[in-house]
Amino acid sequence: MPSYSKKRRTSNAVFLGLSFGAAALGLVALVFILAALLWNGIAGLKPSVFTEMTPPPGSAGGLLNAIYGSVVMTVLGLLIGAPIGLLAGTYMAEHGRYSKLTIVVRFLNDILLSAPSIIIGLFVYEVVVTRLGHFSGVAGALALAMLVIPVVARTTEDMLLLVPNTLREAASAMGLPRSHVVWKVAYAAARPGIVTGLLLAFARISGETAPLLFTALNNQFWNTDLNQPTASLPTVIFQFALSPYKDWQQLAWTGALIITATVLLLSIAARSLGSTRTAK
Amino acid sequence: MADITLQDRPVARRIDAGRAAVLSRFRTVDSIFAGLTLGAAILVLVLLGGVLVSLVVGSLPAFNAFGWRFLVTQTWNPNDDVYGALGAIYGTIVTSLIAMAIAIPVGIGIAIFLTELCPFGLRKPIGMAIELLAGIPSIIYGIWGLFVFAPFLQSTVEPALIAVLGPIPVFGALFQGPPYGIGVLTAGLILGIMVLPFISSVSRDVFLTVPPVLKEAGYGLGCTTWEVMRNVVIPFSRTGVIGGVMLALGRALGETMAVTFVIGNAHKISASILLPGTTISAAIANEFTEAVGDLYTSSLIELGLILFVITFIVLAIARYMLLRIQRRAGA
Repeated sequence: MPSYSKKRRTSNAVFLGLSFGAAALGLVALVFILAALLWNGIAGLKPSVFTEMTPPPGSAGGLLNAIYGSVVMTVLGLLIGAPIGLLAGTYMAEHGRYSKLTIVVRFLNDILLSAPSIIIGLFVYEVVVTRLGHFSGVAGALALAMLVIPVVARTTEDMLLLVPNTLREAASAMGLPRSHVVWKVAYAAARPGIVTGLLLAFARISGETAPLLFTALNNQFWNTDLNQPTASLPTVIFQFALSPYKDWQQLAWTGALIITATVLLLSIAARSLGSTRTAK
Repeated sequence: MADITLQDRPVARRIDAGRAAVLSRFRTVDSIFAGLTLGAAILVLVLLGGVLVSLVVGSLPAFNAFGWRFLVTQTWNPNDDVYGALGAIYGTIVTSLIAMAIAIPVGIGIAIFLTELCPFGLRKPIGMAIELLAGIPSIIYGIWGLFVFAPFLQSTVEPALIAVLGPIPVFGALFQGPPYGIGVLTAGLILGIMVLPFISSVSRDVFLTVPPVLKEAGYGLGCTTWEVMRNVVIPFSRTGVIGGVMLALGRALGETMAVTFVIGNAHKISASILLPGTTISAAIANEFTEAVGDLYTSSLIELGLILFVITFIVLAIARYMLLRIQRRAGA
């Protein structure tokens, strides 16, 4: 009997130790990746990175056109995708909460949420790029918008469903029409959560590479025409990191540091916003 | 009230008319808004349908040329315009399996740590730190994998694997050949790190849905923490954990950039997981803009269609299982 309980105690200690080790492993991986980024990226973090164009190999330069392209396409993608996602989420939570369509839309929206982004790129290539005959910033923004829609739709629906029905009933009893109930009451109550969704979507698309590879392609030069191929930070990192030139690789690391810092700050902001919401 | 009764009829009628106008404006706004939201919801369906249709249409030339043989041949030869998907499908599945072999035990371990062992004050920060792993863009995993992780594997881990496991008959064939650093194993390991947060956060969430009374009953019988986890918590939340695992698998199957950097891009099936291979998404990312000729492009799109179908099935199962857990948690 004592040996049996000792065995149980030992296996308990072993497995709990293993799970402790698993958590440590996850944290170590995070720290290693972030440390490598800082270590390699910070060396190239000079003002010229933000003021000069991507250089040909062997000469000095920065990432200005890539940063600009990334910002423009990301914002445009968000501007196109967010209203659609918001409205779709509103339909699922408010107007069609009990309709069969909602079940189908929710399911397919969830699939779209986790679908490989490269597939989205192929779709936009087929539909936009081959029609127009050339790669363009607009096509890139459309691809990013398609990634925004499911994220925003999902969080909007979740947050609207958390709004107590008594609030809606009170507003309706005052004689407000349905649309005003949604705008003035439900949206107002769910605003922090909806903003969280927008931030998460923003964070997600600002690091996306795969769908831009064959929609926006890339551009070595300064370009403000969205009808032309447009550079973006992730595609420049992809190209420069795989090149054999040391100075290009350095720029890739620096770009990686910039993206990761942006994305992590955005997602931390989104999470802390979301957690104050649920804590209340 | 009294004022109104004193009004003569034209004024009352005017008020009625004003009221009617306002009401009808409300009705119009309401129906426009409802219509807009319905339109957006339908657009989601159209987009997903559009993805499927465009991939099918785009892959028709390749399908007409190669038929079902596309799925089972390994040749990938742009010079002769002959293509087969088997190498890429194999690479996709093997890298995902390696990723799962790493991420399932570690992810569930983290979930156990976060729900049972971790001091309360640390649960949130540690949980958030692990989830940050999911927030890092995949291109970052790629560049880290190429410049940091792959050289590390090449210099330390792979020589050890070759020396220790290589000589074992049959099983050892997986670990033979020179240590390149880049290859199927490296890609699988990086995918494992990337999908870890999906498994750990879903598992943690479903562990928390286990009624405390069940766990207390276990402890009341004298079970150790591990025994309660193994015999009560994990069986109770199995559906949800499997859902999380499938979600992670869907991610691993479709992940592109990280894999493209470290897999080596060779369209062939090697017995050893240390050698270069390719995955569907890596092949598309690498070759699509260079693909000259309709058949080449179309073959890559057909690869995309195969990937879409595989991930669709996996994700559908994942969502179905998570839905079941959610329903139970809600009830």
